Amino acid sequence: MRQSIIHWFKFASPQSFYPLAGRMIPWFWAAAAISGIAGLWISFFVAPTDAQQGEGYRIIFVHVPASWMSMFIYLVMAFWAGLGLALNTRVSAMMAQSLAPTGALMAALSLLTGSLWGKPMWGAWWVWDARLTSELILFFLYLGFMALQAAIDDPRRADKAGAILALVGVVNIPIIYFSVKWWNTLHQGSTINLTKAPSMAQTMLWGMLLMAFAFWMYSIAVALMRVRAIILERERHTEWVKHAVE
Amino acid sequence: MQWNSVGEFFAMGGYALYVWGSFGACALLMIAEPFLAKRRLSQVRQSLIRERLADELESQQKSQ
Amino acid sequence: MNAFFATVRRDLLLAMRRKSEVLTAVFFFVIVTSLFPLGIGPEPVLLKKIAPGILWVAALLATLLGLPRMFATDHGDGTLEQMVLSPSPLGLLVAGKILAHWLLCGLPLVLLAPVLGLQFDLDASALGILTLALLLGTPLLSLIGAIGAALTLGVRGGGVLLALLVLPLYIPALIFGAGAVEAHIAGLDVGGHLSLLAAMLVLAAFFAPWATTAALRIALE
Repeated sequence: MRQSIIHWFKFASPQSFYPLAGRMIPWFWAAAAISGIAGLWISFFVAPTDAQQGEGYRIIFVHVPASWMSMFIYLVMAFWAGLGLALNTRVSAMMAQSLAPTGALMAALSLLTGSLWGKPMWGAWWVWDARLTSELILFFLYLGFMALQAAIDDPRRADKAGAILALVGVVNIPIIYFSVKWWNTLHQGSTINLTKAPSMAQTMLWGMLLMAFAFWMYSIAVALMRVRAIILERERHTEWVKHAVE
Repeated sequence: MQWNSVGEFFAMGGYALYVWGSFGACALLMIAEPFLAKRRLSQVRQSLIRERLADELESQQKSQ
Repeated sequence: MNAFFATVRRDLLLAMRRKSEVLTAVFFFVIVTSLFPLGIGPEPVLLKKIAPGILWVAALLATLLGLPRMFATDHGDGTLEQMVLSPSPLGLLVAGKILAHWLLCGLPLVLLAPVLGLQFDLDASALGILTLALLLGTPLLSLIGAIGAALTLGVRGGGVLLALLVLPLYIPALIFGAGAVEAHIAGLDVGGHLSLLAAMLVLAAFFAPWATTAALRIALE
């Protein structure tokens, strides 16, 4: 048991994590591709037409995975940032830094696809329903994290300040979600509920889960790609980096 | 499989703009993002190589 | 505890010597509140409807204006470092600073809001609820804002970055604070809103000084 813990801590050094990430990336791309193709197949050729929303509901197969990922990535980002703060490891903080843009992208996709779903269903490009509004605020939280890290020159200070912000954010997200939900029902009643999915046929659920898995694998792959660049950028003055680019 | 023709598939029952817009945006961004990440990595590598060459040149000049 | 009160007194004293800084936030509150009717139109029914929201948003922005002051001046002349090094627990000193900030920036808003609310034709009981909601909400804003102020201490683009960080976190306070007044106007029960606001205040009173202290240590190391 003790030996394995020591082995894990070995990868907490940038020097050993860099090649490890490099080896893992192709596997995650493969997983993303396979589940993505399967998911798309189900989305377009297996899942039946919906009685109420026609073909328009198929947006759910990208909207829901993007939403789920945007929330999941924030949690993972906060986890790595918090770990980096507690254990003073650089790689965890670099991982958090790497995840932020991907999470922001997922939030943006969620908003975009939500908007495109809402226009034919509700007639407006934007509706202030609880889920979309919460997603918008989550997007702001991502932007804040990225802006804070970008504004601080010292990388270690940026890591730690970002960690505090991410942890504060994580605590606030349920509060924000709850309050937005309250706000929405108070003002509109439960009439505007944009993402009221059609009652799930089995195939629809499978499509959504496969697409969600594909988005998840994609996110890991991209985050690992980005963290490699971050490692090289931040460790450029070390010997191993100088030798790594021969 | 419920599409009677390719045309029907692309029309998406009238929702073409929204459905293809959504999937298209996802595809676009999810291709752009890894491309940018890859480019960032190669840019770092290139600048590191240039740095090393500059260092070598400098040390050569010094020893001359 | 002495350290706590000493910090509060010191900040109040320093602020009184430069009254203009404190009054700016208050004037900002008044001006911004007047901007909305100018932008929307003078129709009394509409204004009455949007008044709680406007007053709350203006209060958020006015509080935001005063936040950098919490730590920036002390950081500039080295007092903050002394505070970190002092034997008194930093959390206590930070709590003192937050209280002073609220007394200078938050409390004036609480007192002014009913007066401004008259401009929007809110009746007496609505004004009462508004005052109570702001009384619970403004300390909450100071507490949350302190975390942001500590994180962005001495950072480029400070003020705007601070706003980007803190405004999303202010949203629950806004929703329940303005919601309380709106619920009252609609004849509904405000207990829920005010209790939630109070609960958030208690939560923040526990965690915000702690997070702020951590952020300050990071900023100063």
